[in-house]
Formats: sequence, structure tokens, C-alpha cells
Amino acid sequence: MSHSNVKHGILRYGWWTRVNHWLIAISFVLLVLSGLSLFYPAFFGLTALFGGPEPTRIVHPYIGVFMSLFFVIQAVRFFGDNLIRRHDVQWMKQIRDVLANRDERLPPVGKNNAGQKLVYWIFLATVPVLLVTGIVLWRPWVADEMPIWALRWAVTIHAYTAFIAIITLVIHVYSAIWVKGSVRAMTQGRVSHAWARHHHGLWYDEVRRKEGYDDPGGLSPNRDVPSKRT
Amino acid sequence: MRGDQINLQNIVARSATTTPSPQVRQGGVEPVAKLIDVSVCIGCKACQVACSEWNDLRDEVGHCHGVYDNPIDLTPESFEVMRFSEYEDEQGNLEWLIRKDNCMHCAEPGCLKACPSPGAIVQYANGIVDFNSEHCIGCGYCVAGCPFDIPRISERDNKAYKCTLCSDRVYHGLEPACVKSCPTSAIMFGTKEDMLDYGASRVANLKDRGYENAGIYDPQGVGGTHVVYVLQHADKPEIYSGLPRDPHIAPTVELWKGVTKPIMSVALGMSVLAGFFHYVMKGPKEEPEDDPDPEKAHDAREIDKRGEDRL
Repeated sequence: MSHSNVKHGILRYGWWTRVNHWLIAISFVLLVLSGLSLFYPAFFGLTALFGGPEPTRIVHPYIGVFMSLFFVIQAVRFFGDNLIRRHDVQWMKQIRDVLANRDERLPPVGKNNAGQKLVYWIFLATVPVLLVTGIVLWRPWVADEMPIWALRWAVTIHAYTAFIAIITLVIHVYSAIWVKGSVRAMTQGRVSHAWARHHHGLWYDEVRRKEGYDDPGGLSPNRDVPSKRT
Repeated sequence: MRGDQINLQNIVARSATTTPSPQVRQGGVEPVAKLIDVSVCIGCKACQVACSEWNDLRDEVGHCHGVYDNPIDLTPESFEVMRFSEYEDEQGNLEWLIRKDNCMHCAEPGCLKACPSPGAIVQYANGIVDFNSEHCIGCGYCVAGCPFDIPRISERDNKAYKCTLCSDRVYHGLEPACVKSCPTSAIMFGTKEDMLDYGASRVANLKDRGYENAGIYDPQGVGGTHVVYVLQHADKPEIYSGLPRDPHIAPTVELWKGVTKPIMSVALGMSVLAGFFHYVMKGPKEEPEDDPDPEKAHDAREIDKRGEDRL
């Protein structure tokens, strides 16, 4: 581990943000596992995790509604941090640098980078679609009242939307594993100054200015402080 | 005709199953068919009663909806209903078209294609499509898959039900209960070949009587069916209480259950692998140190460990 000053680092995610996030994350993973089991026969064995095939069918929509409630709260709270800015476009254009870990070439970004914002918007687009189509298909409560054409569209859209959401989840989870320090940010809340400066220069400046620093240094070209060249 | 479909070794198709179903014992099993000759049906509903009697179904006694149809629709406990429609032909003559509505036992069943539970829907070598309700999970996907709006989900046990073509009777060499009860031979049962031959003679007879468009309803959009109708007006199947003109598995169902699912499944697996190999090739974005001086950084970590200044 090569980190320092975390506990007196910067608070990135408050306790409720973290709890809210993990309530959604746990629900989402359960939804993926139970949903995939009915998605394609190869995954049918996953029904064993939920006490059998029929319990899987029963529990899936309840988890979906539970997740949606907390998702709404999170989506509202995260909205402002995820508006697309000019530097996000530049960051996205340099996605090759991002993937190759050439971070020193990237423009400084705000609290979230363009990738995180994209994840936000994809989830914001997919979760409501999954909720609505899922409710249409909900047995025994709703589906019997629905015309058959609606069931067909709902089940088809639900499957394709879920595919997009799951791919997005895989990218989201991998990014957290890839970018060291981010899992700890979402579990314990804090990041080091260097981490904030390195990954989210504009956000770092903003935080430091609020703390009363005139030149926080988040925008300095040599943001990657522990450079061996100096 | 042999009707040996319940030995579980002549299953030609099985829901949510990508490997071959056990089917060595299909040699010599001929496809069967039930032929419903609408032109000789008198609407007595003996078949409905026989169906309930044989299958131990006792549907709720409902209400009169002002028409002869009773119950007004299929239910989990009414596998078949007689649908009555009044049709006025080109000459202004009234025709009372009575169609016995039940599962058509499609050669390419939409329900079986849609079902996510392995073995909950099976198709025997003789063509009967059967719900193995023990494996039913109550999702209702068969309802979305069926081109004829046949399956019904029970409120009692959340399982799907429909006409079995009396697969249990056929297994023992008997005709379906509805066939046995019919007083006018409007319902016949035999090999599909025999039924089509018989149907052809009925069609010829109807044409002699002036029904120019008489014909057999054996829709090829679902690969043909193991329940076929003789219709006086085969050019207008929809006048028979909405019999679909060209039924086929809905495009949405094909889109949902077609090749895209295995492709999407593989894509999901690949996305995880892509992440893993990206990590292996490019490595993580390591956390930067707060201080370039290793000693100062070490001191900072010590503070971290002691947790003295946890906020």
C-alpha cells in the first residue's frame, strides 16, 4: 500500500452517501444474480443462491423496488456532480491515456471524471426502464392486468436494458479495483490529498479553497507529486 | 397410433435447455392431432364438461355475461372454452360460428421458447406440448410467448396451466376427453396425417355445399399445429372469435429469446475478462504519495495506523 494521510485526508463520501451507495450496490448485485438466472439457461443454477427457482422469481422484484427507492435518493444527491463539463469531453477524448495509466497527460477534472459521470447517466437511464418494465411483468400483482403485447415489450426491453446495466456495473466495479484508493473512499469515506489532487484536481482545489487555501495546487501541471524525477 | 409420450425418453424439445433432450424412444411415434370441425359443432359444451371431469377441474361458477360463452375466457381451471360468434355472410345470412378454443399444441411452441425454467414445458415426440407444472416458477413468460393467448396462471399456486391434449389419456392409447364426449364427431383425434386426410374430405364436402373458402387451419407460421380446425371460411379465420390469421412467435419474443441472449451472455463474461486482463497488462492506478519524501510519507502512514486523528 502506498498511501498516506488518509485519516486526515479529505472527506469524499459522507456516511449516508456510503450507506446509500452500498444499499444500492448489494441490491444491484442480488438483482444481477437473480435476474441472470432467468436470463439464460446457463445461469439457471444461480437460483440456488435464492432458495430455488420460484423464490428467485418472487424475490427479484421486491429487491428491485427496494433498490429503486435508494437509487432515486442517490441520483438526486449526485446530480450536480455529474453534469458534463467541457473538460470531461477532453478527458473522454483521451480515454486511451486513461486506460494506459498515463494520468499525467489528463486534464484536471471535478469530483467525478467523465467515466464516472457516464456510469451515472447510464444507470439513471436504465434503472427507471428496468423498474417500469419490471413492474409490468410483476406476478402475481400486476402482469395479469397487462395486455400481452405489453408483456412482450416489457420482457424484451427489460432483458436488453439489464444487459446494458450489467455491463456498466462490471465497468464500475472494475474501475474501483483498478484505481487504488477508490474502494477505501467508498467504504471509509476519506481520500488522501495526493489522491484527490491526482485524480480530481478541480474538486481538490474547490475543497481546499473552501478550507481557506489560496493556491491549493490541484491545477499544477505536476500533479503527480511523488515523481521520482524531482 | 402409439401415444407413449410420458416415458420421459421421447421429449423432442424442453424449455430453457440448450442440450438435446432425452429422445431415443421416438422411433415410430407418429405425430398426433385433434381435429375440430367447426361446421358440425352444435355448441353443446359436452367437451368443456368432459375436460373438467377428466382433469378434475372445478372452475368457479361465474356470471352470465349475456352471451353463450361460459366461462367468458380461459382460466387456470378451464382448459378450453367454446367461443360463440354471430357472423353475417355476404348474402346477409346469419351464421353461428362456434369454436372450441384451447391450446393449439404448436410444432414450434412460443411458450416453450419463452419459458426460463428447464423442463417446465416439454414437447413429446407425438407433438403434444405439455406443462410440467412442478417445474413452473410462475413467471408468466409463457403467456408472453404464446401466439394464441392460451396459458393462464393460477392464483392458488402461481403455476401456468393449459390444455394437455389429455397427454395422460393419450399415453394409455385413449383419445382426449373432449373427443370422447363429442356427440356430433366435431372433434376427432388420430395421427396428424389421418386428421389432415379426414379434414380434406370435410373441406371437399363443405365446398360441395357452397362454402367456397372452406379449408383446414393448420398455421405454418408456428410450424403447423397439433390441433387443427376445419373452417367454413378459412380465408377469414378472425371471424371465429379472433382466430389469428397468420400466427407466429411475436418478433419481440424472437428478439428477446433469439440468438441475442447467448451473445449477450458471452459479452458479459468477456467484459469481466477484459477488466481482468486490463489489470494484468496495464496494472492499477497506484495511489500517489502525499509527500515525495519517503520518510515523511512513512511518518504519515504511522499516524494513519494509530488512527489518532480520525475525524
